[in-house]
Amino acid sequence: MTAAVLFENVSRHFGAVKAVDAVDLEIAAGEFFAMLGPSGSGKTTCLRLMAGFEQPTGGHIEIFGETAEGVPPYRRSVNTVFQDYALFPHLSILDNVAYGLMVKGIGKDERRKAAEDALAMVKLPGYGQRRPGQLSGGQRQRVALARALVNKPKVLLLDEPLGALDLKLREQMQEELKSLQKSLGITFVFVTHDQGEALSMADRIAVFNDGKIQQLGTPEDIYKRPQTRFVADFVGSSNVLSSATCARLGVPAKAASLRPEAIAIGTSWAEQLSLPGTVTARSFLGATNRVSVDCAGEKIIVASPAAMPVPDIGAEVQLAFSRNDLHLMEEA
Amino acid sequence: MRSDRSASAPLGLKIAAIGGLLFLHIPILLIFLYAFTTEEKSYQFPPPGLTLQWFAVTWNRPDVWAALTLSVKVATIATAIALVLGTLCAAAVSQTRFFGRETISLLVILPIALPGIITGIALRSAFSMADIPFSFWTIVLGHATFCIVVVYNNAVARFRRVSGSLIEASMDLGADGFQTFRHIILPNIGTALLAGGMLAFALSFDEVIVTTFTGGQQSTLPIWMLEELIRPRQRPVTNVVAMVVMLVTFLPILAAYYLTRDGDQIAGAGK
Amino acid sequence: MSALATPAAITPNRPGLTGRLSDFLWKHPHVLLAILLGPPVLWLGIIYLGSLFALLLQSFFSIDDFSGLINYEFTLSTYKQLLSDANFDIIVRTITMAAVVTIFSALIAFPIAYYAARYAKGKWKAVFYLGIMLPLWSSYLVKIYAWKLILAKEGILTWAFAKLHLLWLLDAWLALPIIGGNSLSVSYTGTFLVFVYVWMPFMILPIQAALERVPGNLIEASSDLGGTPQQTFRHVLFPLALPGIVAGSIFTFSLTLGDYIIPQIVGSSRLFIGQAVYAQQGTAGNIPLAAAFTVVPIVIMGLYLWMAKRMGAFDAL
Repeated sequence: MTAAVLFENVSRHFGAVKAVDAVDLEIAAGEFFAMLGPSGSGKTTCLRLMAGFEQPTGGHIEIFGETAEGVPPYRRSVNTVFQDYALFPHLSILDNVAYGLMVKGIGKDERRKAAEDALAMVKLPGYGQRRPGQLSGGQRQRVALARALVNKPKVLLLDEPLGALDLKLREQMQEELKSLQKSLGITFVFVTHDQGEALSMADRIAVFNDGKIQQLGTPEDIYKRPQTRFVADFVGSSNVLSSATCARLGVPAKAASLRPEAIAIGTSWAEQLSLPGTVTARSFLGATNRVSVDCAGEKIIVASPAAMPVPDIGAEVQLAFSRNDLHLMEEA
Repeated sequence: MRSDRSASAPLGLKIAAIGGLLFLHIPILLIFLYAFTTEEKSYQFPPPGLTLQWFAVTWNRPDVWAALTLSVKVATIATAIALVLGTLCAAAVSQTRFFGRETISLLVILPIALPGIITGIALRSAFSMADIPFSFWTIVLGHATFCIVVVYNNAVARFRRVSGSLIEASMDLGADGFQTFRHIILPNIGTALLAGGMLAFALSFDEVIVTTFTGGQQSTLPIWMLEELIRPRQRPVTNVVAMVVMLVTFLPILAAYYLTRDGDQIAGAGK
Repeated sequence: MSALATPAAITPNRPGLTGRLSDFLWKHPHVLLAILLGPPVLWLGIIYLGSLFALLLQSFFSIDDFSGLINYEFTLSTYKQLLSDANFDIIVRTITMAAVVTIFSALIAFPIAYYAARYAKGKWKAVFYLGIMLPLWSSYLVKIYAWKLILAKEGILTWAFAKLHLLWLLDAWLALPIIGGNSLSVSYTGTFLVFVYVWMPFMILPIQAALERVPGNLIEASSDLGGTPQQTFRHVLFPLALPGIVAGSIFTFSLTLGDYIIPQIVGSSRLFIGQAVYAQQGTAGNIPLAAAFTVVPIVIMGLYLWMAKRMGAFDAL
């Protein structure tokens, strides 16, 4: 099957700055794909390369098998939901949604009908006559979505789509986007710096840093088996154990990652690994207690369920975890 | 400057501020009074009587009509040229990044930053060196040159508010460059251009210094007034013309203010 | 993929000229930039800068005293002529007038700008704004004409002084040397009043812009710390408003420096730079000297702008 988006050795340099540096990427048709990374990591530039707002300085891009470099945005069957929504302030909501159909020369009645259907799909029926300025942030986000989807794009790009919304709305939109994508079957590519958002929505995630993809895989892969220190750090703040600590555990490795919630304090069973340490700090986070433990100079964070008793600062404790949760890494 | 406590102004400041505004406005009000005076030979105050007859006399003066017509023609064409050039320049400066953007801004502002007499005499000597006879078009050329900045200032201020992603959004939705210009850019900068055009018209309609150098035998309304000021012939007619000129320039300024009041201010520093 | 109607991923070129042209410009943004910048830059560069340089060049030529024709040979003699006593007097007189006009403009403009920035709210804000913009933009000549009406011997000012039984004061003022004269409309006092009236509005807006940026609580903080109103003004308000004042003074100074119509209509027979330029290029036909005279305001304004930039005045424009 042809890839929805294919990057072959794609670079985008701005002078000496390598915003995107020799990236290879293949996004399957119908996939919900996330590009995750801190700001300046190159994820947004990749999105803009797919949309056609940027041109690669090297490499080759295909969209559904057709060469995309040198093709202007208006000739790509790719639509974008912008971070600031970019709704046209001088047009009504209906005209905003119908804009793409209007410039393609589709008749007035037909495009009105399509726009109204699209508004109904994003749960804003009857909002057509309002202006963008009269809507809330969440409503504007839905309009931006309808405006893109009404064109039946082959790929939908979302640039930090939920970044400007408050927490509750964000969780609700995550679910809606996910089910919308499943029912439409359109390839969604979205950019985010929020690892929770990427983990909960995406089929696959590419983690970006310094213009390169650090790791590409399913959410579970990325979360449980980070391949680099950066991924381990950025996705869910894993503990990264040094080679010395690995050696003490009897595991030969340059480095290994260990999730805070995979560690238990106190009890240990025979098949488990354990490390002795001293509690240096603790804080209550609601569902868990966050405990810092010093293990022979290495600081290890433990997320301990709130129901468990918390040792006092200065207490000597044993940290216990399964060998399966210790993920070995190639780089130090 | 905002104060949380809404203190009222000290009395001295109030008097100075209101006094300053009165200083600005009383002379203008006098113009309106003198248009109705019955006194013909001097500037006597208070006017011995009031009359409407000078309006009729002015109405029937062909020289006033000729000057007015010329001024309107010059201002219209100069404004049209300034609109095109000022908008192009504003679009280039605000929508793209290129080396020397500051220099372009300086170049646009220069004709208005240097005293008008310098612009005037430079154009005059250039015209005579190039053997271009003074005509309607030499006046237009001069006016358009210093009107560009007014349009430019207004357009740049508005371009700054139209976020760059609107243009990208339009292209993303399938509109090519021309469609984006027609459906997105133009509607968003339209009122700013209208305001800039009105101010350019007011500026050109009122200009006298450059015109004295670039005009030949033709006289625009300001040139006509200048001659009346230096060698008065019929004072009451001048009074009426002065009032009409005042009204003609007020209207575009008020209109420009209402067109741009949400957000950007009309560029007062552009005269 | 689902049963969606699936268009091609890349749609072909739009038919027709605009489609192709749009693609071409999109692929070549430099061509687009050249199209946008070309006309205004050519217009201003050729018509305006070209004329300006041609004029400046002329100041290095001289005029033949016998034939009255321009001698196209490089010389500095015109500049020597410019610095002759009579011409130097004109320059000093103009600069002095520009400086005095600027100072008084700032004095009158400051309270208006301060009130508009700090106390005017809602409707009054609009009233102040229009109250400043209308006189600023209204006809230059009509404004001068209005002052001719005011300053005339039989005009409103004389009438007001008479009503107040203060005519002796007016006469005493006119009897003063230099600033006095036969009547206000032929005295330096008259010229000065009209200059201030016509150019002062240009001072208000930059000061107001500078003051708008001062947080109101700074003034309260100063009085809270025991500053008297005078101290608050001197140590807090004035330094913060200074860039605005300097920015405004660029206009009042430059505009006064180059004006030749106001002193011609209201004033004595002694010339200002603008009048000298006008006379040299017109009746005297001495273009090189006229060109040399225009260099004076250009140089002064160049220095002034350089100083203003160092004081950060451009942020207040």
